[in-house]
This record gives sequence, C-alpha cells and structure tokens, in this order.
Amino acid sequence: MKNLKLLLTGTVAAIAFTGSVAHADRATDGDLKILFWQAVSTMNPYLSGGTKEVYASSMVIEPLARYDEKANLVPMLVTEIPTLENGGVAKDMLSITWKLKADVKWSDGTPFTADDVIFTWKYCTAPDGGCAQKAQYQGIKSVEAVDKNTVKVSFEEPKYYPYSAFVGAQSPVIQRKQFENCVGAKAPGCTAANFGPVGTGPFVVKEFKPNDVITLTANTNYRDPKKPAFASVTLKGGGDAASAARAVLETGEFDYGWNMQVEPEVLAKMVAAGKGKLETAFGTQVERIVLNRYNADPSLGAKRSTKEAGPHPSLADPAVRRALSLAIDRTTIVEAGYGAAGKETCNIVPAPAAVASTKNDSWCLKQDIAGANKLLDDAGWKKGSDGIRAKNGVKLNFLYSTSTNSVRQATQELVKAWWAEIGVGAELRNASASVFFGGDPASPDTFQKFYADVEMYTNNFDGTDPEKYLAEWLCDKAPSPSNGWQGQNIPRYCNADYDKGVAELSKTGDPAKRAELAKKLNDMLTEEGAHIPLVHRGQVSSHSLKLAGVRMNGWDSELWNVADWSRAK
Amino acid sequence: MFTYTLRRLLFAIPTLLIISFAIFALLDLAPNDPTGDLPLTIPPEVREQIRASLGLDQPFFLRYLYWLQQFFINEPLNILERLTGWQFGDGSRMRVLSWATRSPVVDLIVQRLPQTLWVVGLAYLFGVMIAIPIGVISAYKQYSVFDQIGTFLAMVGYSVPTFFTGVLMIVIFSSYLQWFPSVYDTNLVVTDFSSFLQQVKQMILPVTVLALFNASQITRFVRASMLDNLHQDYVRTARAKGVKEKAVLLVHVLRNSLIPVVTVIALGVPTIFSGAIITEQIFRVNGLGQLLITAVQGADIPLVQTLTFIFAVLIVLFNLIADVLYGILDPRIRYD
Repeated sequence: MKNLKLLLTGTVAAIAFTGSVAHADRATDGDLKILFWQAVSTMNPYLSGGTKEVYASSMVIEPLARYDEKANLVPMLVTEIPTLENGGVAKDMLSITWKLKADVKWSDGTPFTADDVIFTWKYCTAPDGGCAQKAQYQGIKSVEAVDKNTVKVSFEEPKYYPYSAFVGAQSPVIQRKQFENCVGAKAPGCTAANFGPVGTGPFVVKEFKPNDVITLTANTNYRDPKKPAFASVTLKGGGDAASAARAVLETGEFDYGWNMQVEPEVLAKMVAAGKGKLETAFGTQVERIVLNRYNADPSLGAKRSTKEAGPHPSLADPAVRRALSLAIDRTTIVEAGYGAAGKETCNIVPAPAAVASTKNDSWCLKQDIAGANKLLDDAGWKKGSDGIRAKNGVKLNFLYSTSTNSVRQATQELVKAWWAEIGVGAELRNASASVFFGGDPASPDTFQKFYADVEMYTNNFDGTDPEKYLAEWLCDKAPSPSNGWQGQNIPRYCNADYDKGVAELSKTGDPAKRAELAKKLNDMLTEEGAHIPLVHRGQVSSHSLKLAGVRMNGWDSELWNVADWSRAK
Repeated sequence: MFTYTLRRLLFAIPTLLIISFAIFALLDLAPNDPTGDLPLTIPPEVREQIRASLGLDQPFFLRYLYWLQQFFINEPLNILERLTGWQFGDGSRMRVLSWATRSPVVDLIVQRLPQTLWVVGLAYLFGVMIAIPIGVISAYKQYSVFDQIGTFLAMVGYSVPTFFTGVLMIVIFSSYLQWFPSVYDTNLVVTDFSSFLQQVKQMILPVTVLALFNASQITRFVRASMLDNLHQDYVRTARAKGVKEKAVLLVHVLRNSLIPVVTVIALGVPTIFSGAIITEQIFRVNGLGQLLITAVQGADIPLVQTLTFIFAVLIVLFNLIADVLYGILDPRIRYD
C-alpha cells in the first residue's frame, strides 16, 4: 500500500514536472505548421527587407542579440549585452565590444567566429549590393576582431544608442564561408545561398520553394542540445488573411498564423470554434493622419506641396489643426477596424513605456465636437449655406488620401462624418499600396509627394530607440523635387526648436534624459499638429491551442523564440 | 495547309515582338515600385540603392534589350545546356531574374507548372467531359425538365464567381464537415496509395469549383451548336432513310456540332496555363496564377513580363492550332 502511494506521488510529480518543462528533447514533437498569407520570397533578409522574409529567416539565422517581448535586449550569440557598466560600451560612446559565445557552431558544423560577424558588416555595406538593411549599419567606421570570440564595432561619431548593427531580426549574422563569393553586385546570383543560408538558429532550410512553401528541419548543431522540440517546420505561404485565420482557428490545419488582418468580429467568431487563440503584441506602429503644411491646390501644378506653393491656406492655422484632431473619436475607430490590435493614442512614439508620453492624453484622447466647433468659431471660420466653414474665401474642404485597404477606407468614412459635424468637408481618395508607398517620383499618388491636404498611413521605428525616427521631422527632411521627393518629413513640418531638440537628443547619453527629450519632441509634434495620431497598432497572430511556448513579440521577429515552442501535452 | 501554317508562324514573330514591347512599356509606365511593399523603416536612400541594384537606374530601351537578350538567347541556351549537357561559352549568362526572389524566373515557372497543370488542367478536362453530354441531352430534349435544370445550373455556375463558390466549399467541406483540407500541400509527393488518396482529397475542392465554372460555359456552346444542326436538312434526310435515332444523334449531329466546340475548347487551353488566379489564391494551390498575382502586387517586373509574354505566346499558338483544327475537321474549309 505504502509502495503504491509512493508510486502514485512519484507519477504525479513526474507529470507535474513534464507539464512545467514543456518539451523533453530535441526533435521529438513532430512537424510545426506555420502559415504566412503573404508568401516568403527569399531567406536572405539583406536582399529583401520585407517583414515576412525577416521573420521566416529568423528561424535560421540569428543576430548577436534580440529584443524579447518586453523590449529588453537578450543575448543570443553573445555572453552578455555590452553596457557602459560592464565596459562593453566605451565611455566615449565611440565603440561597442561584443563577446561571442565560445562554442557556437554553424549548422554545417563549422565554428562561429568573429570573422563571420565582420563579414556580415562587409556584405551589407558593399557597394552595388542593394542591401535592404544598410540603415542598421549606418555610422559604423569599422568592425574588427579583437580575438576569435570578440568583436569591436567602432563608430564614426559618438553613438548614444549603439544597439543597431547585429541586433534584432533585421541584422542577423550570415556565414562567411557560404557568402564569401556573393558580395556586392554578385549577391542576387547566389540563389542557393539566398534560399538556404547556413545559420546558427534552431532550424535548417531543407527545401525552399519561393513564394510558396519552406521546409525546415531541426538544426543538429544547435547550441542547446534539448532544443528545438519540433523535428521540422513547414512554412506555407499565400492566400489571404481571412482564410489563413480559418485554417488555424477553425479547421486546425495549421499551428500558427501570422498577421491576422481581419475584421475583429470575424476573428471573434472563428476563435469561438475553440481550436486556437489570438496573440497581440504592440510595437511602435501608429496609424496617423498627416496634415500638409504647404498648399496642395491642384492649380499649382508641379509646385504643389512644396515650399514654392506657400503655406496651406487653412491648415496653416493652428486652430484648424487642433479642431480636426478634437473631432475624431479614436475609440470608435479602434472598435470598428482594429479590435484587440489597436489602442487609442495621441503619440507618434507610443512605446516602449519609458519613452511614451501621456501629456496630451487629457485633451486629445476624447472626442470633443463642441470644443472643436468653438475653436473654429473663435478663429473666425464661419459656416456657409452648404454647412462648410470658410474664412476670407478659403473653404475648409480637404482632399483626404490613403492607401487601398478596407480598414483605412472605413476609417476615412468615419473621420469624414465627424469632420462634417464641425463644418469641414472631406473628399476621400485611395491609391494602391504599392503605388502610394512606392515612391516612384513620376507618380502623383505617392505619400511622399502628398498631393493632398491630409493623408493617412502607418509608420514605426525598428528597435526601441526613437532617435532616428524623431529626426524624420527635421526641416531639411521635407520631400521636394530637389531631393527627388525622398525626405521622410511628410507633413513638411519645420520648427527650429524641434531641430535643436533632435540635435540635443543625438548628443545625450543618459537613458532617463533621452527618454525625457524624446517625450518632449513627441509632444511638440502632437501639440503643433504635424499630424493627428489615431491608433497605436498591434500585430495579431493566431496559434493553435496545441502549440505551447509562444511569446508574441512586437519588437523582434514573432518567431524569435521558436526554439522554445513545443507541442502542448 | 502546310504553307498556311508556316505563313502564320512567320507572321507570329513580329506580332509577338510587338506584344513583348507593349507589355514592357505598360509595366514600365505603371506607377508600381518594387520597394513599395517594404517597411517604411527602410530609409529612402537605401531604397534608391535597392532600385539601382535591380537595374532600374538604367534607361528604358536598354532594359528592354537586356530582357530580349536574356529571354530569347540566354534562357534557351540554358535549357539546351541542361538538356544536352553541352557547354556554350563559359556558361555564366545573365538570366531573367525575379526581383522579389532574386532567382531565375524560368526556374520559378518550371516549379509552378505541375500544380497548375494538375489542378487547372484537370478541372478543364472534367469541365469538358461534363459539358458535352449535358449539352447534347439538353439540346436533344429542348425545353424538357432536364434542359431547364441544366440551363439553370449553367447560368448559376457561370454567374456565381469562383471566389464565392470556393469560400463556400471551404466553409462547408473543410470547416464544418472537415472532409477535405482547405490548404493545398505543394510538398506532397505521391508514393503510395495513401498519399495518392491525400492528393485526390486536396484536389477535389479546387477542381470542383473550376470544373463547374468551365462546364457551365462549354455546355452552352454545345447546346447551341447541337440545336443549330438538329434542324438541318441532312438530319431529316437521315431520319427519312431510317437511320437509327442514336446514330443520327451521335454520328451525324454530334460530329458536326463539335466542330465549333473544338475551336472554343482549343482557344481556352492557354487559360489553363495562366492558371486560375482567384481559385489558386483561395486554396493556396500556388501555381502560375498565384505566381503572377504576387508578382503584380510586388511590382516584380521581370517575372510579370516573362509570364505575360509566355501567355501571349500560348494564345497566339493555340489560335493557330484552333484554325488548323477547324480546317482538318471541316472539309468545307480549305486554307490553300
């Protein structure tokens, strides 16, 4: 009897133990089925830059350090994150030294060394290579090997946020041996390497069918002998978001589905089938309406939206800009178009928490039609017989453009109705995303040209530091014919104080001070109405209830911890 | 007949050249951009470098000539090398590279062709096989219950779009009944009976959707053509001579009625290759149709250009085949 009891408690303990440690050994959990409704084109993120390619390749090739789901840096191929305290970051902020883990092997069994890290930098910065992640390597003077396992990255000028190169899914380390003859103009020709990079990650490409399906198997040389739990991964691509959601949540054919851009009520119905659940992560994406500071009147022809066109006849008035924001009910926009994947915001830098301001939430987050009307009345904008306000012959009629997307068109309709309540007319327009964001200088419909009074889109920044992002609103970054419409200051915002603030931020090292400055700059943009932030957008993915270990991440690849995923028992 | 065919083939060369130029010019004028789908976090100067690395910084005519050389000289030589094992020159020729995948366009097409031929081709075949008997009976028993039902179904099949029937089938047979998969597995290799069964299972839904659509179109043609012939004098003569009704219908009327139908079917063959864009997308068959639509969306100009041009070649070719077939089948028509 006693023995039986002992046996029973032992069994219970054993079950409890296996329950907490979800997987026991490498490659014991079968096939992991992932569905990306936008198919993956290549496994080399340096040649593509698309989110889907960055995510897919993150299972194979890894950066030195990653962001976890709480935006903290975690070491991957290094022993620790270099900081000022541990001496990894030089006091003068001119260099950062990474200490590589000693026994990491590539999937082909060869050792991973400082040479590979240096080569990765050379690969991406080679002329004529068209490396899509070049911005990650900006401002680097040299990358040198101190010894076999130590890499020193030196910067041209002090870099107060040095975690860009080799950090995050956008800049993984590739193997020198494999890509040695693929540098510069020769890069696209190396199809075999681009489709099947040798990596240090938990999986190895077995077969790659471009824009269709990728088969991966567990990396036998992965540094943790117990991981990954799955023996193989099948990453299927193609189709549309709604049917992808169905394949995970309703039919259960797939374990994980990326980017469920589907109407919230449709998703809720699918989740009710009880086969899977949704995961949301918030990064830095903000859907905003940008207000044009320059005149966009079509009669101005090619001068439209440039300095030569002069200030915008009505949007130059701060009262109008504030009223347009006050009239919007962000809560309704979130409920109608985003559901769990959106939060109301008045910030252009909505996260991480340390740099997210709350200063303008009091007046801006709540819709105030009466207040907006009063503001316009006081500023002298009088309603005409058609219900549209006007002053000195200038009517508050705006051309409102965005990219073609059902959620955006629904939002346009909502905003138009609210603006009508304050006597503002809006003509809605939309252009195909590949044209709107395409940046073709010959096209009149790009968001950079901004041949409209207001336009709506989403933008964000990589990583957790907003310095580079905030520098987009500098006076000299405004798109114009002289720079081939290539600037990023879309609203053509210009404020000498703001420019000074950005310069100060780039010279500030103390994290608390940086956060304070970033908040100040963010508040300036909202208060002065460079744009109207609407929704802090999250990413939604779905996974089967039979899949354990998913830690949805908005700061890095969603598949960042795929090595820890396992079959729920 | 031979000289006629030869003349038509020679005439096709300038036609195709003009088509290729028109496609290239249209694609070049379209305001799409290969960097348009990239995240906005990639700065403009990097985008500019990406465009340059794709060769977009070169003038229009030069790019067109490059494509001509790559498509008409380099790719055929490459195929020849692979088939025969001979080596021409140093073997390192610039091939037509897709911008999205950076891999040779021809390899992509070769990879996609089997799925498309299996699913869309089979659907076409089934469509024809269903359409002919239904059309024949419908015409023979005009205004009967069978004809009414057949006409109704053909109208429904023709007017309800595949993106509706496809999703409906998935909801019923995949989500609710769970009989068939909703996602096509392109990695499935048929080795034994169970994998064959699996292949059949995953093909049923897309093939049914497409076969219905094809059948409803062709049935109408068969029915109309049969009706034309049934009232001809030769039918009355045959019946008067005492020929059996079965022989009248299947030997005399059907053979004559099929002449225009064969033309219609031949003209429809190129659409098999262009794939069924919508159906392939819904069931994730990932054939040529899906390849084309992703290329269009991603502004992958070399891929769109090459695919569209191959379709143009097929259309020109099958037009010729239809004409020649017409001459062979109908003794009244002679081209020489």
